[in-house]
Amino acid sequence: MTGPTVSSPLLSVNSLKVYFPIRKSLFGRSKEWVKAVDDISFTIKEGQTVGLVGESGSGKTTIGRTIVRLQDPTSGSILYEGKPIHNLSQKQFRPYRKKIQMIFQDPHNSLNPRLTIESILREPLDIHFPGMEKKQKKEKIVELLEKVGLSAEHLYRYPHEFSGGQRQRIGIARALAVGPKLIICDEPVSALDVSVQAQIINLLMDLQQEFNLSYLFISHDLAVVEYLSDYVLVLNKGRIVEEGTPEEIYKHPKDAYTKKLIASIPSI
Amino acid sequence: MILFILRRLLALIPLLLGVTFMVFFLMSLTQTNYLTPLKAERDISPQMIEALEKKFGLDKPWYERYFLWLNNVLHGDFGYSWIYKMSVIELLMQRVQATLLLNLSSLLLAWCIAIPIGVLSAIYKDSLLDRLSSFLAYISISFPEFFLALLAVYFAARTGWFPIGGLTSIEYPFLSPIDKLVDIAYHLVLPTVVLGIGGIANMMRIMRGSFLDAIRADYVLTARAKGLPENVVMFRHVLRNAINPLISTFGYVIAGLLSGSLLVENIMNYPGIGQLIYSALMKQDQFVVLGSVVFSCLLLVLGNLIADILLAWVDPRIVHHE
Repeated sequence: MTGPTVSSPLLSVNSLKVYFPIRKSLFGRSKEWVKAVDDISFTIKEGQTVGLVGESGSGKTTIGRTIVRLQDPTSGSILYEGKPIHNLSQKQFRPYRKKIQMIFQDPHNSLNPRLTIESILREPLDIHFPGMEKKQKKEKIVELLEKVGLSAEHLYRYPHEFSGGQRQRIGIARALAVGPKLIICDEPVSALDVSVQAQIINLLMDLQQEFNLSYLFISHDLAVVEYLSDYVLVLNKGRIVEEGTPEEIYKHPKDAYTKKLIASIPSI
Repeated sequence: MILFILRRLLALIPLLLGVTFMVFFLMSLTQTNYLTPLKAERDISPQMIEALEKKFGLDKPWYERYFLWLNNVLHGDFGYSWIYKMSVIELLMQRVQATLLLNLSSLLLAWCIAIPIGVLSAIYKDSLLDRLSSFLAYISISFPEFFLALLAVYFAARTGWFPIGGLTSIEYPFLSPIDKLVDIAYHLVLPTVVLGIGGIANMMRIMRGSFLDAIRADYVLTARAKGLPENVVMFRHVLRNAINPLISTFGYVIAGLLSGSLLVENIMNYPGIGQLIYSALMKQDQFVVLGSVVFSCLLLVLGNLIADILLAWVDPRIVHHE
């Protein structure tokens, strides 16, 4: 991937901590905590892809969800274009949902089975562009479907009528609908077949070029992250153990955990 | 879809044959029949009894009578009630209406209360509301319906706020159409509540459980990430997916309510099909028993059929293969 345009960071995360209570004492105050995310800082610049790798349970998903405010941080700050977004109420955060979107891991469960593709894609438009006319919305939806390699004939079908790869394309179209600048990709390809993985990754890269998107690409698959990231963070038990460009990390890993991750990549 | 419905209705035929055959067989096992008490009466001559036996066909073996009955039913004749001295069909029509009315109104009551409480206790899981409603649900599940019915009768008798039994008041034929409706509704209140309470508890637990399942689904996160307001997320995304089990219970709830209404109708003296079956069984009024069983079966199968059709309607993933 080509280098990012140099500017102030689009997103900066500073000493972010997210703790989950395990056990509550008699008076309802938590005595023990799981430190899912423990003092993490990083930045994402415009047009850049930052990869976040780690095994399951390392806190990757929690970081992603905290940035899009599906999870409240325990402490630390998250700034979007220099403005704090970690302490906004859900209502105050709503305008930022136009800017920051998320693609989920499981394409089978992340689409509501009761809604047609048309309503899945129309919902974000209804919320974020209340002034848009019906016809415009429909055109926009068809355009989105075509952007991700589907077509207008799919409009009135339900999610279960699609394959995993197609559903992930719908998930991507859904995220793109509101015109975001940053997309959190939470293991977007790990539930897919390898051949389909490559298609989706290429689609993500094409869309990045077309719309100048920034990605936070969360994955346990170091090979995928190396392929499309400009910068890589290695996460272990809620902490960043190593960070750098993919070449540095891949060729000269310093941390023992990173070495283990690299060793686990199957070679042909 | 039409083929699916037709197939279901066709499957009803062997079911009805089997059920009626069983009932006929079981009734033949009792050594007595409708005429037995008459035989004990001194002023009825044996000749008279014999004549009656011949008239009712009781002199023939039971399987022969079964086929006779079956033949008549196929010609639209469900027989004649020996007690009520009227045709079974006519009798059933009155009673089925009353039972359907009672069951549907208590189902409606149960849904109207169970769905909101179930949803709220799922959204505010472990809150005071959740714990209180769970507690009340367990209490009401543990209460047998006949006991509740007795309590209700006692309550009505003590306060005089509600009628103690019946479907209508004595002056019903003289009321205006609106007053007639009010009168029926007034008589319906207590039986509905008694029959509904058990249903409320069950459905509330089902609703809470399936709502909790749906709330944890990934598409709820997706909906939130879209920026939808929480109430849209809950009602459009979660509730629509959580409602399935409640609809599929529709069929068996109808069955449960029907058997429940047998007890409730008898205790509360509500002239429905349950009360009819019971008294007909006690007095061995054979054709009434058979007719009622056929109708109960029909209601049950139709309830299940309606539930299946509703499911296919609300859930696009369900396709009935034809």
